[in-house]
Amino acid sequence: MSGGHDDHGTGGLDLTLHIWRQESSEAQGRFETYPLHGVSPDMSFLEMLDVLNEQLVLEGRDPVAFDHDCREGICGSCGMMINGQAHGPERETATCQLHMRRFKSGDTIFIEPFRARAFPLLKDLVVDRSAFDRIVAKGGFISVNTGSARDANSLPAPKQDADLAMDAAACIGCGACVAACPNAAAMLFVGAKISHLGLLPQGKPERSRRVLAMVAQMDAEGFGNCGNIYECEAACPKAISVENIARLNRDYLLASATERPPSGQGEGV
Amino acid sequence: MHSTTTTASELFTRASESKLDSKCPSGPMSERWDKHRFELKLVNPANKRKFHALVVGTGLAGASAAASLAELGYQVSVFCVHDSPRRAHSIAAQGGINGAKNYPNDGDSIRRLFYDTVKGGDFRARESNVYRLAQVSNNIIDQCVAQGVPFAREYGGLLDNRSFGGAQVSRTFYARGQTGQQLLLGAYQALMRQVGLGRVTLHARHEMLDLVVVDGIARGIVTRDVVSGEIESHAGDAVLLCTGGYGNVFYLSTNAKKSNVTAAWRAHKRGALFANPCFTQIHPTCIPVSGSHQSKLTLMSESLRNDGRVWVPKNKGDQRSPDSIPEAERDYYLERRYPSFGNLVPRDIASRAAKQMVDDGRGVGGNGMSVFLDFRDAIKRDGENKIRERYGNLFQMYERITDEDPYRVPMRMYPAVHYTMGGVWVDYNLESSVPGLFVLGEANFSDHGANRLGASALMQGLADGYFVIPYTIGAHFASRKLGKVTTEHEAFRQAESAVRAGVKKLLATDGRRTVDQFHRQLGLIMWDYCGMGRSEKGLTHALGQIRSLREEFHQDVRVLGENESINMSLENAGRVADFFELGELMVIDALHRSESCGGHFREEYQTEEGEARRDDENFCYVAAWEHAQAGGAPRWSLHTEPLAFEEVKLTQRSYK
Repeated sequence: MSGGHDDHGTGGLDLTLHIWRQESSEAQGRFETYPLHGVSPDMSFLEMLDVLNEQLVLEGRDPVAFDHDCREGICGSCGMMINGQAHGPERETATCQLHMRRFKSGDTIFIEPFRARAFPLLKDLVVDRSAFDRIVAKGGFISVNTGSARDANSLPAPKQDADLAMDAAACIGCGACVAACPNAAAMLFVGAKISHLGLLPQGKPERSRRVLAMVAQMDAEGFGNCGNIYECEAACPKAISVENIARLNRDYLLASATERPPSGQGEGV
Repeated sequence: MHSTTTTASELFTRASESKLDSKCPSGPMSERWDKHRFELKLVNPANKRKFHALVVGTGLAGASAAASLAELGYQVSVFCVHDSPRRAHSIAAQGGINGAKNYPNDGDSIRRLFYDTVKGGDFRARESNVYRLAQVSNNIIDQCVAQGVPFAREYGGLLDNRSFGGAQVSRTFYARGQTGQQLLLGAYQALMRQVGLGRVTLHARHEMLDLVVVDGIARGIVTRDVVSGEIESHAGDAVLLCTGGYGNVFYLSTNAKKSNVTAAWRAHKRGALFANPCFTQIHPTCIPVSGSHQSKLTLMSESLRNDGRVWVPKNKGDQRSPDSIPEAERDYYLERRYPSFGNLVPRDIASRAAKQMVDDGRGVGGNGMSVFLDFRDAIKRDGENKIRERYGNLFQMYERITDEDPYRVPMRMYPAVHYTMGGVWVDYNLESSVPGLFVLGEANFSDHGANRLGASALMQGLADGYFVIPYTIGAHFASRKLGKVTTEHEAFRQAESAVRAGVKKLLATDGRRTVDQFHRQLGLIMWDYCGMGRSEKGLTHALGQIRSLREEFHQDVRVLGENESINMSLENAGRVADFFELGELMVIDALHRSESCGGHFREEYQTEEGEARRDDENFCYVAAWEHAQAGGAPRWSLHTEPLAFEEVKLTQRSYK
């Protein structure tokens, strides 16, 4: 750690970056071109942007704004379109876990924000994904107040269901599914939450109300509908399966037939 | 340049009278929390909506506290610097959460979890707090399961457990290698449910930059909207800091990039004492540094030590590939030195042992700066599929970063800064020395002593938020006179203008070096002199270096752009300015504590076998520092809270 040894003595990669710059949501955006030299193949993609930003600051130019935090692929903060792909070319990999060894010297890389009507742009590569929070607030939970739980082992859950629930619960809420979808649909995100909670015995009592409330909010936020293209699954850094969309559709159909639409927003939902 | 021959007496003053009252209840240990809860005043249900709590931070502690308080009927406002409460760094915790359920029937109990935690912390935590933590650990597991946290299960449908360091029982509940994520999503969903019901107001992308104290009671905060730059005041009847630890003072750590000390530090400068700042945890199994570009370090869960064996070659400078080093020429040094705990010794001990191997010239990897964590035997015993099921996502993450396949070659590991046991001083009610200011989770100092055991951070964050603060905050509301205070109050005006002036100064400095350049340099000083090994000589040297670098920072930092827009360098600059002051206090704390305990290893104080040697006669206390400004440079005075050990006998820790 204190060593600070040199990056590969081989000179590193020379890249041409075309990055979307836009001062604010109202401003006009444009691509700007930045050559970058000697990029170590061991760098992560965000570390490559760090290097660019350090350079820009020293030159007196405004650094590129992007969201990031854990840099371990779990917080879901980062996300950008890299050569037209959400999170870039590596499967099951968030931008922060994409490494520059995936690129060759001489490559040109286009970097853009996630684009969707429901994700308004704030600055450069930063977009507002709070629509996801509002969908969760409508029904993406199990209604249980602190202190009212019974013993954890009093309600067994079949291992197979618990494993499937965990697969769905691994969603990091990054929004790549929306950015990759031609319709900017959020159905993989919503479907994952519907599956996670609906597969577990403790989530079953609210299953119908949950799906109706979440879908209603999803529509209100301006997300599109699933067109069965499955770009979402391909872009998802956690490989969330489109089976979750099927589960969402089935639950929604069933709930629409049996439940009254949510009204009055009572205690549970 | 400052003189590097500063003597201890010039470093700080001793407070003539200690301000500290821990408010720990008396009586039999197992009845203390129950008794205390009974004695705390209650707020009538109809009156709860009249009280407004401001919760800063939405990790496990903040989200669980905000949700629980709103469920009780209090008004709650929540602030987080991220775009969503779900991004808080609790999300990255991998291995698991402890609970004294004793489901495996292997001898666990509340008392054993309590004992392990006190001993694991090297006898520098409060017994009463730790006992309560062990008691509520079981309620946490129940609560999380009810929320739908998909913990790992056995085929019979019941919960599975695994082992973590410092314990000889299996008491760790887990959700693959993503336990923190699942627990945080549980708390986040509970929080969002309250947001949806209109009982919590959420302020995302807001950073707390000051605490407002009115008539001696914390009554509000000043925040900066990181999108618009607007400086805003928020008034309430209590402030809860749930803002995490300060490991990023080292620049390179396993913390997320935005993790910082600013909220806690600004509260410290408004009167909250800061306790045991030198108690930092260096985690033994992290992916080694690969180059000078590195922006952060990545941890590999302690759970890997359930199946992975740690070793180095017996011979110095042996650079053969691991598969060609025969069994007889490998040193499984943890198994050799600590036969009863083996690879599952606590973190401080495992880290120190790795450093000793590297210092001894037996490290591996190109630069000899790492040790092996080898799964060969586990794969042979259980099969690759079983290992994939247990650790698949961790192995994948390792391969992403290093380009090496850990199913074929041993992982290479080296210790890295991971967690901070020190933090804002709080009493048994989690209240700081400023009435009305409560501090929860990693941001406080209370439960882990000088070393935290694995899978105990998640437990503490959720204990504080779900099961402690809902009781103790009521006593504050019910027993103090809280007059109406609005943001028009003079104290808010003053705090706001101080924040504006600070922002303006950073933007106006127009120096030559970037914020990151300063931060990296500070981090190197901290790592070299206040990291795994500390000495009087090194610490004294570091103190001079930090002070002069801080002066340079304020004269030569370059922050471009404006306040009224997303400005990452401006946000960072404010945080790094605070890290400089904290770094100085950490060094002073490490200098003053002339003993070794847990993660605080003073090279002058060790046993013949190289283990930490405590000095219970002189240092069996919490060091809590009071901030005082002296001519621009910070100064501190020391308050001490003696620690009494009634239940667990003070002994030298042994894991042999």
